[in-house]
Amino acid sequence: MPNIIAVVCASYGLAQSVCDGEDLPARAERFFRSDHTNNWAVLVCTSRFWFNYRHVANTLSVYRSVKRLGIPDSHIVLMLADDMACNHRNPKPATVFSHKNMELNVYGDDVEVDYRGYEVTVENFLRVLTGRLPPSTPRSKRLLSDDHSNILIYLTGHGGNGFLKFQDSEEISNVELADAFEQMWQKRRYNELLFIIDTCQGASMYERFYSPNLMALASSQVGEDSLSHQPDLAIGVHLMDRYTFYLLEFLEDIHPASQANMNDLFKVCPKSQCVSTPGHRTDLFQRDPGSVLITDFFGSVRKVEITMETINLTVPGIPLERFGGEPHTETALAYVDQLPVAQIIHQKPKQKDWHPPDGFILGLWTLILLVFFRTYGIKHLKHIF
Amino acid sequence: MPTLTLASARSPFRDEFAEELAIRPLHSGDIHASFQFRTVWGVDLLQATDPRFLRYAILPREIVCTENLTPWKKLLPCGSKAGLAVLLKSEKLFHSSYFSQAVHIRPVCQGMHCTVPSWEMRQTLNVVFDLYTSGQGKREWSMFKIKIYVDVTDSPQGELFELSPPTPLLSQAVVLGDRRTYSVYDLTDPGTFGKVRSLNLLVRWKADNGDMLRPLLHGERYVAGFGLQTGEIHTLIYNNHPYRAFPVLLLETVPWYLRLYIHTLTVTSKNRENKPSYIHYQPSKDRLRPHLLEMLVQLPPNSVTEVTVQFERALLKWTEYPPDPNHGFYVGSSVLSALVPSLVAMDTNITQEHPLFSSFFLCKEESSYFMRVYTEPLLVNLPTPDFSMPYNVICLTCTVVAVGYGSFYNLLTRTFQVEEPSQSLAKRLANVIRRWRGVPQL
Repeated sequence: MPNIIAVVCASYGLAQSVCDGEDLPARAERFFRSDHTNNWAVLVCTSRFWFNYRHVANTLSVYRSVKRLGIPDSHIVLMLADDMACNHRNPKPATVFSHKNMELNVYGDDVEVDYRGYEVTVENFLRVLTGRLPPSTPRSKRLLSDDHSNILIYLTGHGGNGFLKFQDSEEISNVELADAFEQMWQKRRYNELLFIIDTCQGASMYERFYSPNLMALASSQVGEDSLSHQPDLAIGVHLMDRYTFYLLEFLEDIHPASQANMNDLFKVCPKSQCVSTPGHRTDLFQRDPGSVLITDFFGSVRKVEITMETINLTVPGIPLERFGGEPHTETALAYVDQLPVAQIIHQKPKQKDWHPPDGFILGLWTLILLVFFRTYGIKHLKHIF
Repeated sequence: MPTLTLASARSPFRDEFAEELAIRPLHSGDIHASFQFRTVWGVDLLQATDPRFLRYAILPREIVCTENLTPWKKLLPCGSKAGLAVLLKSEKLFHSSYFSQAVHIRPVCQGMHCTVPSWEMRQTLNVVFDLYTSGQGKREWSMFKIKIYVDVTDSPQGELFELSPPTPLLSQAVVLGDRRTYSVYDLTDPGTFGKVRSLNLLVRWKADNGDMLRPLLHGERYVAGFGLQTGEIHTLIYNNHPYRAFPVLLLETVPWYLRLYIHTLTVTSKNRENKPSYIHYQPSKDRLRPHLLEMLVQLPPNSVTEVTVQFERALLKWTEYPPDPNHGFYVGSSVLSALVPSLVAMDTNITQEHPLFSSFFLCKEESSYFMRVYTEPLLVNLPTPDFSMPYNVICLTCTVVAVGYGSFYNLLTRTFQVEEPSQSLAKRLANVIRRWRGVPQL
């Protein structure tokens, strides 16, 4: 055993004094700590229409927490199926509130939504997860994770036993979701994945998972409904769902250096507060949930490398180079005519396909009929008309 | 390796950034604020482009909210941390009557001789604040290194509104063919705001009336007709110039599911037919491309030109409907491009110092400026099936099956037997009495 620990210390480049000073379980624990190097988040709201305001507020409150704890916008894929903030029915435009009496605006001032409106479909969601996007997709719409990424996936909307409804017109089933995660595992697109779902009968969505390193949380068991929290009388709709409301309250107490672990997350929203029974699934996860920090998924890893060398940052001025090579001539440039009327009117007519002249086809058919009746006699005419 | 060669011995052109806010109090009590941010790069990024390869298009509908403003603000050198962009608070901007943001990237002349082009990126943001919802016109800012222009043309002696603190700096600029007078607050000059590092601009309204100058060119568009079968698109183009006529290029892109009847296309001005100088029409192909109609129309002075075309609505396939089909389908706006003759002579000298908003419309000649106007987008309803049809179909077919099968089963298995009806008690009693009397029974 001491030989193995010594090898571990050497391979991780730990200073000698640290190795000697610590006890064995702590060193072994550090060896088995998660070795993720970056964090991603995929946050999806699948509901459309004004009365599903709470689903957008759910997603935005998780977005807000995740941003606050350090994950940058470039690593968050936010999908909102409808616009609530600038909706005509919103009495306070550009705001989405999570607490009544308009206490907390989760929409904020620097939100970046990657998939909006009709773009939130089952196909796009699965393509984002598996990475099979057309080459023209911009970077902000891609999940560029690698095998050292910890991904947080949050889904909310209307669901049932084994399915989640997207935009009132299609569904994703738990089997499809499990297969998508297996594709991600086989392509090594994640190191560990935390899946949170806040819908009715949410636990049915993680029943079929079979890939390793997955942890799942749901707001209600099969046969139970997830209920909404409080309505706001000024806005006229329910603002949040209960599970995500208490999840937001829990996350507001977490800061980037917090040591809270997953066991605390499992205790969020007991039956007394949520009315439904939240569930979780950890059998596919290799580490003990008690050793997994909340910030492993909700926060962002910052690896700092300390170096003793000095780096020279001053660069001598480089003259600006011209693209395209040849030097400019002395001829003066001029602004182009913005509406060249003369050119437009006197354009050459475009090449059209040749059509036979008018009436030609009609005349041709008349000729054919005449010849027919002349040859075979006029008596056939009455069989036609 | 290409080297830098300059046309003359002057120093290389550096990148520069300027920002400006122009405020115009409107007669209705609203305030129009126009932010302009200009970044000029000192290099020639691309070769000069051929103007014949110009493409322009419109998107029918995009929801505009803070999520559009965020990447736009990130294009500014300091983001929203310093400068005028600090004022761009989304809760105020989107609670307004009108909001527009744009990014324009184009090559501009550099210097008098214009041998070397430089590239300019302009970001503009126009908001019209409705005073009743956003407070009585009080604004407070604190910032540095910018200029604020307030349009006082309509109230030279202070009849319409009063501006405080007053400033002696007045400048005149020609904007959109109209000479306007501006009060300038130069925030680089410390005398503007004294000891307190903030400028509190107050506009106090006095009078309620006044006539505003109408824009020389504007357009409207609407759908006429009733029902879900046919309709008519009307585009109205207004030319408010008192004596000059000018041509306008009208581009209409109509989606394929509104089948236009181009033989019903009519252009009328002042109740007389107006034949366009040039028409280009490309018909649509179902599910492949939309209708493209481009016309060059001469607008007579001080008139309204109406372009009408009838259409028929198509029935889409089941899966082609969006998730909320009863909302309707959007048809993109028409684009009107014109060289509008201006009422006053404009300055084409590019080396002079101009406010940003007046140099936005680059003018080649003094007498006209180029403008592109967009009409409103249309919202049309298509014949939409009832998407709960599976439920209806199941009820109907089950009823039909039950009635049909039930009748058939009865035909095959039902037999009829004759049965004597049992007599009632009264009749039985009567029969007993009759038997006793010897009279025939009932």
